[in-house]
Amino acid sequence: MQIQTLQFVKKTPPPPWAIGSISTPVGAVYRVLNDWSRADYWGMLRSRIGAFRMNYSVTPGLYAVGEPTQDSDVFVTANYKLTFDILRRSLKGLNAWILVLDTKSINVWCAAGKGTFGTDELVNRITQTKLDSVVNHRRIILPQLGAVGVNASAVQKQTGFRVAFGPVQAGDISAYVEAGYKKTKEMSTIRFSLLDRLILTPMELNPTLKKYPWFAAGVLLLFGLQPAGLLFKQAWFGGLPFLVMGLIAVFAGAFVTPVLLPFVPFRSFAIKGWIVGMLLTLLAVRGFGIMDGRGWTLHAATYLFFPALASYIALQFTGSTTYTGMSGVNKELKLGIPVYLGTAAVSLLLVVLFKLQEWRVL
Amino acid sequence: MKYLANVSTLNYDLEKCTGCRRCVEVCPQAVFEMRDKRAAITDKDLCMECGACAKNCEFGALTVNSGVGCAAAIINSLINGGPPSCDCGGGASSCCG
Repeated sequence: MQIQTLQFVKKTPPPPWAIGSISTPVGAVYRVLNDWSRADYWGMLRSRIGAFRMNYSVTPGLYAVGEPTQDSDVFVTANYKLTFDILRRSLKGLNAWILVLDTKSINVWCAAGKGTFGTDELVNRITQTKLDSVVNHRRIILPQLGAVGVNASAVQKQTGFRVAFGPVQAGDISAYVEAGYKKTKEMSTIRFSLLDRLILTPMELNPTLKKYPWFAAGVLLLFGLQPAGLLFKQAWFGGLPFLVMGLIAVFAGAFVTPVLLPFVPFRSFAIKGWIVGMLLTLLAVRGFGIMDGRGWTLHAATYLFFPALASYIALQFTGSTTYTGMSGVNKELKLGIPVYLGTAAVSLLLVVLFKLQEWRVL
Repeated sequence: MKYLANVSTLNYDLEKCTGCRRCVEVCPQAVFEMRDKRAAITDKDLCMECGACAKNCEFGALTVNSGVGCAAAIINSLINGGPPSCDCGGGASSCCG
Protein backbone atom coordinates (compact mmCIF):
# COMPACT_ATOMS: atom_id res chain seq x y z
CA MET A 1 0.00 0.00 0.00
CA GLN A 2 1.30 3.40 -0.89
CA ILE A 3 1.10 5.92 1.86
CA GLN A 4 1.22 9.60 1.25
CA THR A 5 0.30 12.62 3.20
CA LEU A 6 -2.66 14.42 1.73
CA GLN A 7 -2.82 18.05 2.51
CA PHE A 8 -5.82 19.64 0.84
CA VAL A 9 -8.27 16.79 0.60
CA LYS A 10 -10.60 17.12 3.56
CA LYS A 11 -13.41 19.61 3.25
CA THR A 12 -13.83 20.17 6.96
CA PRO A 13 -10.77 21.42 8.80
CA PRO A 14 -8.99 18.67 10.74
CA PRO A 15 -9.35 18.62 14.52
CA PRO A 16 -6.64 20.62 16.33
CA TRP A 17 -5.04 17.42 17.61
CA ALA A 18 -4.57 16.03 14.08
CA ILE A 19 -1.88 16.80 11.53
CA GLY A 20 -2.79 16.02 7.92
CA SER A 21 -4.16 12.69 6.86
CA ILE A 22 -3.10 9.36 5.50
CA SER A 23 -4.64 7.70 2.48
CA THR A 24 -5.97 4.19 2.85
CA PRO A 25 -7.90 1.89 0.49
CA VAL A 26 -11.06 3.16 2.17
CA GLY A 27 -10.24 6.86 2.13
CA ALA A 28 -8.25 9.44 4.02
CA VAL A 29 -7.71 9.00 7.74
CA TYR A 30 -6.60 11.78 10.08
CA ARG A 31 -3.16 11.42 11.56
CA VAL A 32 -3.14 12.37 15.25
CA LEU A 33 -0.47 14.29 17.10
CA ASN A 34 1.19 12.54 20.00
CA ASP A 35 1.95 15.61 22.06
CA TRP A 36 -0.70 17.51 23.97
CA SER A 37 -1.44 21.15 23.26
CA ARG A 38 -2.35 23.69 25.90
CA ALA A 39 -6.00 23.14 24.99
CA ASP A 40 -5.65 19.41 25.68
CA TYR A 41 -4.23 20.07 29.16
CA TRP A 42 -6.97 22.61 29.84
CA GLY A 43 -9.58 20.09 28.71
CA MET A 44 -8.17 17.47 31.05
CA LEU A 45 -8.29 19.88 33.96
CA ARG A 46 -11.88 20.90 33.26
CA SER A 47 -13.06 17.33 32.82
CA ARG A 48 -11.48 16.33 36.14
CA ILE A 49 -13.47 19.01 37.94
CA GLY A 50 -17.02 19.00 36.64
CA ALA A 51 -19.72 18.51 34.07
CA PHE A 52 -17.46 19.61 31.18
CA ARG A 53 -16.57 15.92 30.92
CA MET A 54 -20.06 15.02 29.79
CA ASN A 55 -19.54 16.30 26.26
CA TYR A 56 -15.77 16.00 25.96
CA SER A 57 -15.54 13.70 22.97
CA VAL A 58 -13.90 12.88 19.65
CA THR A 59 -15.67 11.59 16.54
CA PRO A 60 -15.73 7.77 16.51
CA GLY A 61 -13.86 6.07 13.67
CA LEU A 62 -10.38 5.28 12.47
CA TYR A 63 -7.27 7.40 13.08
CA ALA A 64 -3.59 6.99 12.28
CA VAL A 65 -0.53 7.34 14.49
CA GLY A 66 2.84 7.91 12.83
CA GLU A 67 3.13 6.12 9.47
CA PRO A 68 1.02 3.00 9.84
CA THR A 69 0.95 0.29 7.16
CA GLN A 70 -1.39 -2.61 6.51
CA ASP A 71 0.60 -4.62 9.03
CA SER A 72 0.39 -2.10 11.85
CA ASP A 73 -1.40 -2.76 15.13
CA VAL A 74 -4.93 -1.51 15.76
CA PHE A 75 -5.67 -0.06 19.21
CA VAL A 76 -9.31 0.29 20.18
CA THR A 77 -10.46 3.04 22.55
CA ALA A 78 -13.39 5.10 23.81
CA ASN A 79 -14.45 8.46 22.41
CA TYR A 80 -14.05 10.29 25.71
CA LYS A 81 -11.49 12.89 24.65
CA LEU A 82 -9.33 12.48 27.75
CA THR A 83 -9.11 8.70 27.17
CA PHE A 84 -8.25 9.29 23.51
CA ASP A 85 -5.62 11.89 24.46
CA ILE A 86 -3.93 9.55 26.93
CA LEU A 87 -3.82 6.82 24.28
CA ARG A 88 -2.36 8.98 21.49
CA ARG A 89 0.25 10.31 23.88
CA SER A 90 1.16 6.75 24.92
CA LEU A 91 1.55 5.66 21.29
CA LYS A 92 4.34 8.15 20.66
CA GLY A 93 7.06 6.56 18.51
CA LEU A 94 4.78 3.77 17.27
CA ASN A 95 3.09 3.42 13.89
CA ALA A 96 -0.43 2.23 14.54
CA TRP A 97 -4.13 2.65 13.92
CA ILE A 98 -6.59 3.84 16.52
CA LEU A 99 -10.20 2.66 16.30
CA VAL A 100 -12.45 4.93 18.37
CA LEU A 101 -15.77 3.46 19.50
CA ASP A 102 -18.83 5.59 20.22
CA THR A 103 -19.05 5.39 24.01
CA LYS A 104 -21.02 8.65 24.40
CA SER A 105 -17.90 10.43 25.68
CA ILE A 106 -17.47 8.02 28.60
CA ASN A 107 -14.15 6.37 29.49
CA VAL A 108 -13.42 2.72 28.67
CA TRP A 109 -14.16 1.11 32.02
CA CYS A 110 -17.41 2.91 32.79
CA ALA A 111 -18.56 2.54 29.18
CA ALA A 112 -17.77 -1.17 29.27
CA GLY A 113 -19.85 -1.45 32.44
CA LYS A 114 -22.75 0.26 30.67
CA GLY A 115 -22.21 -1.83 27.54
CA THR A 116 -21.49 1.07 25.18
CA PHE A 117 -17.86 -0.02 24.96
CA GLY A 118 -19.27 -3.38 24.00
CA THR A 119 -19.32 -6.28 21.57
CA ASP A 120 -22.00 -4.80 19.30
CA GLU A 121 -20.44 -1.36 19.03
CA LEU A 122 -17.02 -2.88 18.30
CA VAL A 123 -18.40 -5.20 15.62
CA ASN A 124 -20.34 -2.33 14.02
CA ARG A 125 -17.35 0.00 14.09
CA ILE A 126 -15.05 -2.63 12.53
CA THR A 127 -17.60 -3.10 9.74
CA GLN A 128 -18.34 0.59 9.27
CA THR A 129 -14.67 1.62 9.02
CA LYS A 130 -13.95 -1.36 6.70
CA LEU A 131 -11.04 -2.22 8.94
CA ASP A 132 -10.51 -5.49 7.05
CA SER A 133 -9.54 -3.44 3.99
CA VAL A 134 -7.23 -1.13 5.91
CA VAL A 135 -5.12 -3.85 7.51
CA ASN A 136 -3.99 -7.27 6.23
CA HIS A 137 -3.90 -8.97 9.60
CA ARG A 138 -6.86 -9.92 11.78
CA ARG A 139 -5.95 -8.85 15.29
CA ILE A 140 -7.02 -5.87 17.39
CA ILE A 141 -5.76 -4.72 20.76
CA LEU A 142 -8.29 -3.55 23.35
CA PRO A 143 -7.65 -1.92 26.68
CA GLN A 144 -7.95 -4.64 29.30
CA LEU A 145 -10.70 -2.83 31.21
CA GLY A 146 -12.84 -3.01 28.05
CA ALA A 147 -13.22 -6.75 28.72
CA VAL A 148 -16.13 -5.94 31.04
CA GLY A 149 -18.21 -5.09 27.97
CA VAL A 150 -16.58 -6.98 25.10
CA ASN A 151 -16.91 -10.71 24.51
CA ALA A 152 -13.72 -11.49 22.58
CA SER A 153 -14.90 -14.77 21.07
CA ALA A 154 -18.14 -13.20 19.84
CA VAL A 155 -16.16 -10.43 18.13
CA GLN A 156 -13.94 -12.99 16.43
CA LYS A 157 -16.91 -15.04 15.24
CA GLN A 158 -18.63 -11.97 13.79
CA THR A 159 -15.68 -10.12 12.26
CA GLY A 160 -12.75 -12.50 12.04
CA PHE A 161 -10.68 -10.19 14.21
CA ARG A 162 -9.00 -11.79 17.18
CA VAL A 163 -9.14 -9.64 20.30
CA ALA A 164 -6.10 -9.25 22.52
CA PHE A 165 -6.66 -7.41 25.78
CA GLY A 166 -3.64 -5.18 26.28
CA PRO A 167 -2.46 -3.50 29.46
CA VAL A 168 -4.80 -1.72 31.87
CA GLN A 169 -2.85 1.53 31.53
CA ALA A 170 -2.15 3.04 28.10
CA GLY A 171 1.26 4.05 29.47
CA ASP A 172 2.32 0.39 29.43
CA ILE A 173 1.54 -0.14 25.73
CA SER A 174 5.10 0.33 24.40
CA ALA A 175 6.47 -2.11 26.97
CA TYR A 176 3.68 -4.56 26.10
CA VAL A 177 4.44 -4.33 22.36
CA GLU A 178 8.19 -4.64 22.95
CA ALA A 179 7.66 -7.73 25.10
CA GLY A 180 5.96 -9.44 22.17
CA TYR A 181 2.40 -8.57 23.24
CA LYS A 182 2.88 -10.13 26.65
CA LYS A 183 1.63 -8.55 29.85
CA THR A 184 3.33 -8.68 33.20
CA LYS A 185 1.12 -9.07 36.26
CA GLU A 186 1.67 -5.37 37.01
CA MET A 187 0.43 -4.39 33.54
CA SER A 188 -2.81 -6.31 34.01
CA THR A 189 -3.56 -5.23 37.55
CA ILE A 190 -5.33 -1.97 38.29
CA ARG A 191 -3.71 0.25 40.85
CA PHE A 192 -5.21 2.90 43.08
CA SER A 193 -2.36 5.13 44.13
CA LEU A 194 -2.54 8.19 46.34
CA LEU A 195 -2.30 10.36 43.21
CA ASP A 196 -5.11 8.38 41.53
CA ARG A 197 -7.30 8.99 44.57
CA LEU A 198 -6.35 12.65 44.84
CA ILE A 199 -7.29 13.24 41.18
CA LEU A 200 -10.77 11.87 41.91
CA THR A 201 -11.51 14.10 44.91
CA PRO A 202 -12.74 17.18 42.99
CA MET A 203 -15.56 15.03 41.61
CA GLU A 204 -16.36 13.87 45.15
CA LEU A 205 -16.31 17.38 46.63
CA ASN A 206 -18.05 19.15 43.76
CA PRO A 207 -21.37 17.21 43.66
CA THR A 208 -21.53 17.09 47.47
CA LEU A 209 -20.99 20.82 47.83
CA LYS A 210 -23.82 21.41 45.34
CA LYS A 211 -26.17 20.00 47.98
CA TYR A 212 -24.60 22.08 50.75
CA PRO A 213 -26.87 25.14 50.27
CA TRP A 214 -29.87 22.96 51.20
CA PHE A 215 -28.15 21.88 54.39
CA ALA A 216 -27.18 25.51 55.13
CA ALA A 217 -30.73 26.72 54.51
CA GLY A 218 -32.08 24.07 56.89
CA VAL A 219 -29.61 25.00 59.63
CA LEU A 220 -30.27 28.73 59.33
CA LEU A 221 -34.00 28.13 59.39
CA LEU A 222 -33.76 25.96 62.50
CA PHE A 223 -31.71 28.49 64.43
CA GLY A 224 -33.37 31.60 63.06
CA LEU A 225 -36.86 30.44 63.94
CA GLN A 226 -37.90 32.32 67.07
CA PRO A 227 -41.22 32.98 68.75
CA ALA A 228 -40.89 36.50 67.32
CA GLY A 229 -40.36 35.21 63.77
CA LEU A 230 -37.38 34.42 61.62
CA LEU A 231 -34.45 36.36 63.09
CA PHE A 232 -31.29 36.86 61.07
CA LYS A 233 -28.97 37.39 64.03
CA GLN A 234 -30.03 34.17 65.76
CA ALA A 235 -29.87 32.27 62.50
CA TRP A 236 -26.32 33.40 61.83
CA PHE A 237 -24.78 33.16 65.32
CA GLY A 238 -26.70 30.04 66.29
CA GLY A 239 -26.16 28.28 62.99
CA LEU A 240 -22.57 29.24 62.15
CA PRO A 241 -20.84 26.40 64.06
CA PHE A 242 -23.12 23.90 62.32
CA LEU A 243 -22.41 25.41 58.90
CA VAL A 244 -18.69 24.96 59.62
CA MET A 245 -19.26 21.43 60.92
CA GLY A 246 -21.11 20.58 57.70
CA LEU A 247 -18.11 21.66 55.63
CA ILE A 248 -15.83 19.65 57.91
CA ALA A 249 -17.97 16.54 57.38
CA VAL A 250 -17.84 17.04 53.59
CA PHE A 251 -14.08 17.49 53.81
CA ALA A 252 -13.77 14.33 55.94
CA GLY A 253 -15.92 12.17 53.68
CA ALA A 254 -15.10 13.47 50.22
CA PHE A 255 -11.45 14.38 50.62
CA VAL A 256 -9.63 13.01 53.68
CA THR A 257 -11.13 9.51 53.55
CA PRO A 258 -10.49 8.98 49.81
CA VAL A 259 -6.94 10.32 50.00
CA LEU A 260 -5.97 8.40 53.15
CA LEU A 261 -8.06 5.36 52.19
CA PRO A 262 -5.58 2.52 52.88
CA PHE A 263 -4.37 4.18 56.08
CA VAL A 264 -7.79 4.44 57.72
CA PRO A 265 -8.61 1.18 59.55
CA PHE A 266 -11.35 -1.28 58.50
CA ARG A 267 -12.40 -2.24 54.98
CA SER A 268 -15.90 -0.79 55.16
CA PHE A 269 -16.12 2.67 53.62
CA ALA A 270 -18.90 3.61 56.01
CA ILE A 271 -16.67 2.85 59.01
CA LYS A 272 -13.64 4.55 57.44
CA GLY A 273 -15.69 7.69 56.83
CA TRP A 274 -17.17 7.62 60.33
CA ILE A 275 -13.71 7.35 61.93
CA VAL A 276 -12.33 10.28 59.92
CA GLY A 277 -15.51 12.27 60.54
CA MET A 278 -15.38 11.59 64.28
CA LEU A 279 -11.70 12.57 64.52
CA LEU A 280 -12.31 15.85 62.70
CA THR A 281 -15.45 16.51 64.77
CA LEU A 282 -13.46 15.95 67.97
CA LEU A 283 -10.74 18.24 66.67
CA ALA A 284 -13.24 21.00 65.89
CA VAL A 285 -15.20 20.68 69.15
CA ARG A 286 -12.43 19.88 71.63
CA GLY A 287 -9.43 21.41 69.84
CA PHE A 288 -10.97 24.57 68.44
CA GLY A 289 -13.92 24.91 70.79
CA ILE A 290 -16.35 25.44 67.96
CA MET A 291 -19.32 24.44 70.15
CA ASP A 292 -18.23 26.28 73.29
CA GLY A 293 -21.11 27.72 75.27
CA ARG A 294 -23.66 25.34 73.74
CA GLY A 295 -25.63 22.87 75.82
CA TRP A 296 -25.53 19.12 75.89
CA THR A 297 -28.28 18.73 73.30
CA LEU A 298 -26.29 20.48 70.59
CA HIS A 299 -23.08 18.68 71.59
CA ALA A 300 -24.81 15.32 71.37
CA ALA A 301 -26.39 16.22 68.03
CA THR A 302 -22.98 17.25 66.69
CA TYR A 303 -21.24 14.04 67.72
CA LEU A 304 -24.08 11.97 66.31
CA PHE A 305 -24.80 13.74 63.07
CA PHE A 306 -21.51 14.89 61.56
CA PRO A 307 -19.48 11.66 61.77
CA ALA A 308 -22.52 9.87 60.27
CA LEU A 309 -22.68 12.46 57.49
CA ALA A 310 -18.96 11.99 56.76
CA SER A 311 -19.56 8.24 56.74
CA TYR A 312 -22.40 8.56 54.22
CA ILE A 313 -20.32 10.81 51.96
CA ALA A 314 -17.32 8.46 52.17
CA LEU A 315 -19.58 5.59 51.13
CA GLN A 316 -20.25 7.44 47.87
CA PHE A 317 -16.58 7.05 46.99
CA THR A 318 -17.23 3.34 46.34
CA GLY A 319 -18.47 4.48 42.93
CA SER A 320 -15.03 5.81 42.02
CA THR A 321 -12.64 3.23 43.42
CA THR A 322 -10.98 0.52 41.38
CA TYR A 323 -11.64 -2.34 43.79
CA THR A 324 -15.11 -2.21 45.37
CA GLY A 325 -17.85 -4.53 44.14
CA MET A 326 -21.62 -4.38 44.12
CA SER A 327 -22.21 -7.10 46.75
CA GLY A 328 -20.01 -5.28 49.24
CA VAL A 329 -21.66 -1.92 48.67
CA ASN A 330 -25.06 -3.57 48.97
CA LYS A 331 -24.07 -5.03 52.31
CA GLU A 332 -22.82 -1.67 53.57
CA LEU A 333 -26.02 0.07 52.50
CA LYS A 334 -28.28 -2.59 53.99
CA LEU A 335 -26.69 -2.01 57.38
CA GLY A 336 -25.92 1.66 56.83
CA ILE A 337 -29.15 3.23 55.60
CA PRO A 338 -31.20 2.43 58.75
CA VAL A 339 -28.32 3.72 60.89
CA TYR A 340 -28.05 6.93 58.86
CA LEU A 341 -31.79 7.56 58.94
CA GLY A 342 -31.95 6.79 62.67
CA THR A 343 -29.01 9.06 63.42
CA ALA A 344 -30.48 11.91 61.41
CA ALA A 345 -33.83 11.53 63.19
CA VAL A 346 -32.30 11.49 66.68
CA SER A 347 -30.09 14.48 65.82
CA LEU A 348 -33.11 16.41 64.64
CA LEU A 349 -34.99 15.51 67.84
CA LEU A 350 -32.07 16.81 69.91
CA VAL A 351 -32.09 20.10 68.00
CA VAL A 352 -35.86 20.38 68.49
CA LEU A 353 -35.32 19.73 72.19
CA PHE A 354 -32.76 22.53 72.20
CA LYS A 355 -35.22 24.85 70.51
CA LEU A 356 -37.90 24.05 73.07
CA GLN A 357 -35.44 24.85 75.88
CA GLU A 358 -34.39 28.03 74.09
CA TRP A 359 -37.98 29.12 73.78
CA ARG A 360 -38.49 28.20 77.45
CA VAL A 361 -41.27 25.82 76.55
CA LEU A 362 -39.52 23.15 78.58
CA MET B 1 -6.40 -2.76 48.96
CA LYS B 2 -9.18 -5.22 49.65
CA TYR B 3 -12.89 -4.65 50.11
CA LEU B 4 -15.29 -6.57 52.38
CA ALA B 5 -14.52 -10.26 52.90
CA ASN B 6 -16.77 -13.12 51.76
CA VAL B 7 -19.20 -11.04 49.73
CA SER B 8 -18.10 -11.70 46.14
CA THR B 9 -20.56 -13.75 44.08
CA LEU B 10 -17.79 -15.12 41.84
CA ASN B 11 -18.31 -18.79 41.05
CA TYR B 12 -15.77 -20.99 39.31
CA ASP B 13 -16.30 -24.48 37.92
CA LEU B 14 -12.93 -26.18 37.53
CA GLU B 15 -14.48 -29.00 35.49
CA LYS B 16 -15.42 -26.63 32.67
CA CYS B 17 -12.05 -24.85 32.49
CA THR B 18 -10.00 -25.57 29.37
CA GLY B 19 -7.00 -23.51 30.45
CA CYS B 20 -7.38 -20.82 27.75
CA ARG B 21 -6.00 -18.13 30.10
CA ARG B 22 -8.66 -15.57 29.08
CA CYS B 23 -9.66 -14.94 32.71
CA VAL B 24 -6.04 -14.30 33.71
CA GLU B 25 -5.80 -11.88 30.79
CA VAL B 26 -8.91 -9.85 31.65
CA CYS B 27 -9.04 -9.77 35.46
CA PRO B 28 -7.81 -6.38 36.74
CA GLN B 29 -7.44 -7.68 40.31
CA ALA B 30 -5.24 -10.74 39.68
CA VAL B 31 -7.92 -13.07 41.07
CA PHE B 32 -6.79 -15.86 38.71
CA GLU B 33 -3.54 -17.64 38.06
CA MET B 34 -2.65 -20.76 36.08
CA ARG B 35 -2.08 -23.96 38.06
CA ASP B 36 -1.63 -27.31 36.28
CA LYS B 37 -2.83 -25.82 32.97
CA ARG B 38 -6.09 -24.62 34.48
CA ALA B 39 -7.23 -21.41 36.06
CA ALA B 40 -7.21 -21.20 39.84
CA ILE B 41 -8.56 -18.52 42.17
CA THR B 42 -5.86 -16.82 44.21
CA ASP B 43 -8.02 -14.81 46.60
CA LYS B 44 -11.75 -14.42 46.09
CA ASP B 45 -11.89 -11.33 48.31
CA LEU B 46 -9.89 -9.48 45.65
CA CYS B 47 -12.82 -9.86 43.23
CA MET B 48 -14.70 -6.61 42.53
CA GLU B 49 -17.43 -8.31 40.48
CA CYS B 50 -16.68 -6.35 37.31
CA GLY B 51 -17.79 -9.33 35.22
CA ALA B 52 -14.93 -9.30 32.68
CA CYS B 53 -14.04 -12.96 33.33
CA ALA B 54 -17.58 -14.29 33.06
CA LYS B 55 -18.19 -12.23 29.92
CA ASN B 56 -15.13 -13.71 28.25
CA CYS B 57 -15.17 -17.31 29.49
CA GLU B 58 -16.23 -19.25 26.40
CA PHE B 59 -16.82 -22.41 28.36
CA GLY B 60 -19.15 -21.12 31.06
CA ALA B 61 -16.75 -21.95 33.84
CA LEU B 62 -17.16 -18.55 35.46
CA THR B 63 -20.22 -16.75 36.71
CA VAL B 64 -20.49 -13.59 38.77
CA ASN B 65 -23.32 -11.32 39.70
CA SER B 66 -21.73 -8.21 38.24
CA GLY B 67 -22.99 -4.69 38.52
CA VAL B 68 -22.26 -1.13 39.51
CA GLY B 69 -20.52 -1.05 42.88
CA CYS B 70 -21.53 2.52 43.56
CA ALA B 71 -23.51 3.60 46.62
CA ALA B 72 -25.24 6.45 44.82
CA ALA B 73 -26.30 4.15 41.98
CA ILE B 74 -27.68 1.54 44.38
CA ILE B 75 -29.54 4.15 46.46
CA ASN B 76 -31.05 5.58 43.27
CA SER B 77 -32.19 2.15 42.19
CA LEU B 78 -33.78 1.58 45.62
CA ILE B 79 -35.69 4.85 45.34
CA ASN B 80 -36.57 4.83 41.65
CA GLY B 81 -36.53 1.13 40.89
CA GLY B 82 -34.61 -0.61 38.13
CA PRO B 83 -31.04 -1.86 38.21
CA PRO B 84 -28.25 0.35 39.57
CA SER B 85 -26.67 2.39 36.80
CA CYS B 86 -23.96 5.02 36.50
CA ASP B 87 -26.45 7.62 35.30
CA CYS B 88 -26.86 9.18 38.71
CA GLY B 89 -30.46 10.24 38.64
CA GLY B 90 -30.36 10.30 34.85
CA GLY B 91 -30.25 13.43 32.76
CA ALA B 92 -27.18 15.52 32.23
CA SER B 93 -25.22 14.76 35.36
CA SER B 94 -23.31 11.57 35.92
CA CYS B 95 -20.86 10.42 38.53
CA CYS B 96 -19.17 8.16 36.06
CA GLY B 97 -16.26 9.64 34.25
